Amino acid sequence: MTTVHIGCGAGFAGDRFDAAVPVVAALAHAKGERFLIYEVLAERTLAIAQRMRRENPEQGYSPFLDTYLPLVLADCRRHGIRIVTNMGAANPLGAARRVQTLAQQLGVQRIKIAAVTGDDLLATMSQDELRREPVIEGIALGKRDIVAANAYLGARSVADALATGADVVLVGRTTDAALSLGPLLHVHGWNPDDLDRLAQGTVCGHLLECGAQVSGAYFPDPGLKDVPDLARVGFPIAEVEADGSLIITKPPGTGGLVSRATVIEQLLYEVHDPHNYLTPDVVLDLGEVEVEQIATNRVSVHGARGKPPPATLKATVCVDAGWLGEGEISYAGPNALGRAELAASVVSARCRAIGITDPVRVEVLGTQAIFDSDARSRRARVTPDETGEYRMRAAVRTATRKSAQQVADEVLSLYCSGPAGGAGVRQHIGAQVATASILIDRARVKACVHLVEQA
Amino acid sequence: MNFIDVPLHAVAHARAGDKGNRSNISVIPYLPGAFAYLVEQVTEVRVLAVFAHKGATAVKRYVLPKLPAMNLVIDNALEGGVNASLGLDGHGKALSFLLLGDIDVRVPVDCVPESSPYRERLR
Repeated sequence: MTTVHIGCGAGFAGDRFDAAVPVVAALAHAKGERFLIYEVLAERTLAIAQRMRRENPEQGYSPFLDTYLPLVLADCRRHGIRIVTNMGAANPLGAARRVQTLAQQLGVQRIKIAAVTGDDLLATMSQDELRREPVIEGIALGKRDIVAANAYLGARSVADALATGADVVLVGRTTDAALSLGPLLHVHGWNPDDLDRLAQGTVCGHLLECGAQVSGAYFPDPGLKDVPDLARVGFPIAEVEADGSLIITKPPGTGGLVSRATVIEQLLYEVHDPHNYLTPDVVLDLGEVEVEQIATNRVSVHGARGKPPPATLKATVCVDAGWLGEGEISYAGPNALGRAELAASVVSARCRAIGITDPVRVEVLGTQAIFDSDARSRRARVTPDETGEYRMRAAVRTATRKSAQQVADEVLSLYCSGPAGGAGVRQHIGAQVATASILIDRARVKACVHLVEQA
Repeated sequence: MNFIDVPLHAVAHARAGDKGNRSNISVIPYLPGAFAYLVEQVTEVRVLAVFAHKGATAVKRYVLPKLPAMNLVIDNALEGGVNASLGLDGHGKALSFLLLGDIDVRVPVDCVPESSPYRERLR
């Protein structure tokens, strides 16, 4: 019986750059088939990647490829640890060529790199065709220009890429779970009707896809939920047998914690109906799942049930959504709250006076503003101290960069034209992408594997 | 039995996630013995009231006794979510702690872990 060991090196673009190093060291000693996954593709990341590709056809893959892979590529190749990642983003083939270049620079020889394409719907469908598909979640598409539209490919496309013998597999949009389930299909030879095993493999992928969120990070609440050595948190490793048995652990000598509590928090993360978690490979039912601590930092997860997958694939469509403008300024010491709230009322009045017609949110951080709404109805129910440290924040969404900047500049002007002691202004102006989810007939989506070899 | 009134934070932990304008918050008891009290008291109606000021329109609660845990799915809780919210936290990642702080539960004292700072406060 072959055990599949899957380690995770990143749970989002921007995750800790060297987290994979201890994971690779642990995988190097493990017996069985070893894989390292990186998940770096949030819903709207693909819009940014598509823009990069339009400007330069060789770009459009994840800029984090150069952050993460040079640290591990040689060791992975030496120990036969295969890398599976969605760093392909809007250009999996470009990413494959980039990995080839990195391998050359690092002196890594005889490396096979596979790219999976087929998720990019703009390559096969017109904007009008896409706009006709009913939106199941997110904004109405109307006549808006579509920047990116990508179907979520399933694990089979990843398994097919591994079947070519590839050492590195670069995909664009797949389900996050497919990065783990793909290797399991490939090694264990699971079929589409092995529904309960597919369900266990999907649970594995779901638990790994946010990196250290399953191994003690995004978890500590000091005094109530303590985690050892969070600064050296170990990223997770899953061990999966052919029968679907699943154990979550982490590299020896690292910080963090793998416990029933850390695993259950991640099990339900971003799940809605736990009896019907839809994926292209299986519909997952978590209703009978049990989570068991079998040793220190080793947790067994069993009992996932599978049902046949839906006939359609989910796709994310990204459109331009104008600009977000934000400005912040701090007040501290006696009567800080009064000064911050005066600053907020000045910014509101100024925005009206200069003709900003979009809603401007002004709030005072330190008054539970993060829990509040635009109407600030919660503010009336909390009684913060008058003395302290408060930060006034103004935010607006506008069609033009200019209007967003104007609102942020009304905060800046408070330095000389606002209440006493205003300090530490920061502004942020950013282009926004909005998303909608649509459903696409599977027959319209064909995944394709391309192989690049390095002599 | 000796019952006490404590914030949900004393008895359970939680994690919030988002999809579009919908938030999901898991609620997991520190001790399995607390679960029945959570099922009885952390109701859809009470949870909706916590998020009403954000514009939430409905709460669906899924109970998973094998874990044990519950999953709360809150519709329209995110002022449009990352697509549209003007708030700092379009994803609603902090909302797990809004729930833990705003809902009080009445539970036997031994539903609060021995090591919890809430035990100190009760002494």
